[in-house]
Formats: sequence, structure tokens, C-alpha cells
Amino acid sequence: MHTPARLLWLGALETLPLVVAAFPFGIVFGAMANTLDLTLGVTLGMSAIVFAGSSQFIALTLMASAAILPVIVLTVFIVNLRQMLYSANLMHQAIGWPQWQRALLAFFLTDETFAVVSDRLNRHPGAPGLRWFYLGSALFMYGFWQLSTLLGYTLGSQIPGLADWGLDVAMVVAFVGIVVPALKRRADWACAAVALASAVITHGWPHQSGLLFSSLLAVATGMALSRSRADE
Amino acid sequence: MNEWLLIALMALVTYLPRALPLAFAGRVRLPAALERGLEFVPIAVLTAIIAQTALVRDGALDLSLHNHHAIAATVAFAVALLTRHLFLTIVAGLACFALLGMLA
Repeated sequence: MHTPARLLWLGALETLPLVVAAFPFGIVFGAMANTLDLTLGVTLGMSAIVFAGSSQFIALTLMASAAILPVIVLTVFIVNLRQMLYSANLMHQAIGWPQWQRALLAFFLTDETFAVVSDRLNRHPGAPGLRWFYLGSALFMYGFWQLSTLLGYTLGSQIPGLADWGLDVAMVVAFVGIVVPALKRRADWACAAVALASAVITHGWPHQSGLLFSSLLAVATGMALSRSRADE
Repeated sequence: MNEWLLIALMALVTYLPRALPLAFAGRVRLPAALERGLEFVPIAVLTAIIAQTALVRDGALDLSLHNHHAIAATVAFAVALLTRHLFLTIVAGLACFALLGMLA
């Protein structure tokens, strides 16, 4: 059995490619906030308190177009419904966790940490210490998100083109490595195929609503197929 | 606009969706059909993110050989199918991407 320290390390290690992929986005976020004349305090505060890349970018974009506050908040809420699916997916794991631990870990529930936690659950179902693994991933993501925001705000104009290096490829290949081993049943493959096709078709929808729609459609597909097989 | 008020409200609408289902775990019983559906969440969402990051570049579907993200993702897919090994998949995908960058 792994010690807590070892699990923290493993969680961080598996998140490394995702941190590499997110880093340029943090830089771009910080630089963009600077361009919009937000103070350093407000910029760092947003990364530290909100801690959600997509939401933060959308907020800046809407602020730049002089959107009113309720519009920004509502849009951010809709973007975050994806994370609600993550949280619901993890409910089974959380049954034995004290409320304060659920409340703490929920704060760090990003795409990246959910991805590696799902991978751990898929490869080592029922292994103890999931919370430590989760926390290791979470703190690693969090630390580097703050660091990249700071670097982007202070040095953003001096590190041009980092966003064009294509480091988001690290996220793509890591997610591929996480999804493929989870494709076991026919319903899993159908779910992935629908998600892929739908996400491409809906990519132009505003504020990532295509991502949410495609995810729900793919979940419904998997649900329908797994039911029909159980009924046979 | 009061920026700190915005941050507070953003934090609220970001945190609640992340926290509420977990908070109710063990207290509410979800319908069996919904439970089964939620098992598909990782595959559904991560695949949708892969598609929108690797296949859509600069706002348009790009299935050409210039799309190195898509080629790297395809190589990663093949390696993942053969080995089911996360580290190997990532290394193969990144190596492919780096190689394409050097050749281009």
C-alpha cells in the first residue's frame, strides 16, 4: 500500500503533462488581464479564488466587451456545469469522506484533476488513498496556475508566442491515454464516437456550450446503449 | 464594475457546481439510470475536449496533414490501444509532435 506522501507525488506526477499544457494559458490569462488594466491583486485574486481557466478567460473576454456583471456571472455558471458532471461522477467515492474534505477537494475539481483521478479509478478501482492522489494533483495544478498567472501578468509581453508552441498537445495526448483504456464496452465506444463528432460539429457554439451539449449527448448515448443491452 | 464583487460571484458559481453533488453523496439516492449515465462522464467530456483541441485548430475543423495536434493524437490513440500505458502514450504523442515540428 502506498503512503500518503507517495500518493501525493503520484497524483502530481500524473498531472505533469496537463500542467505543462495549462501553463501557457495561465501566462496568456495574466498578460490579457494586464492589457485590460486589471491590477495585479485582482488578477492573482481571480486565479487564486476562482481557479477555473475557462471561466477566467470568459470573464476577461466579456469584461473587454463591456458586458454587465450579471451576464458574466451567468455565463461563468453555465460554463461550470461541466464540473458538476465531474462532481456527480465522483459521488460514489466521496460517500465515506467527511464533509470538510469534500468541500476542500471540490474547490480543486478541474478538467485536469478529474481526468487523472478518473484514470486512477479506472486502473486501480477501490485502491485506498484516492484523496491523497487527488490532493497531489490538485495542489500541483493550483500552484502552477498561480505561478503562470503571475508570470503572464509581469512578463507577459516579454514571452511572446508561448501560446503558439502548441503545448496544449500534451493535454490532448494525456487525455487520449486516459480515455482509451476506459473504452471497454460497446456503449463506451459509442459514447466516445458521439462526443468526438458532436464536439467537432458544435465547436463554434458560444462559451463552450458545444462542449457541454456534446458531453450530455454522449452520456445519453452511453446510457441508452447500456440499457438496451441489459434489457436483452 | 466592482472587480472583487465579480470575483466573489464567479467563485460562487464556479464552486457550487463542483461542490454540491459531492456534498450530497450518500444522502441522496440517484435514479439507477442516472447513476449508469454518470459512469460515462469521463469518456464523454474528455473525448469532447480532445476533439475541440486536436481536430479544431484556429476555429475550424482541420483534418489536413498540417494539423500536428491531430496526427499526434492519432499516434497516441494507436499506442494507447496497443499498450494501454499512459506514460508510453504521452511520450509517443509528444515525440511525434516534436518530430513533425522539426520536419515542417
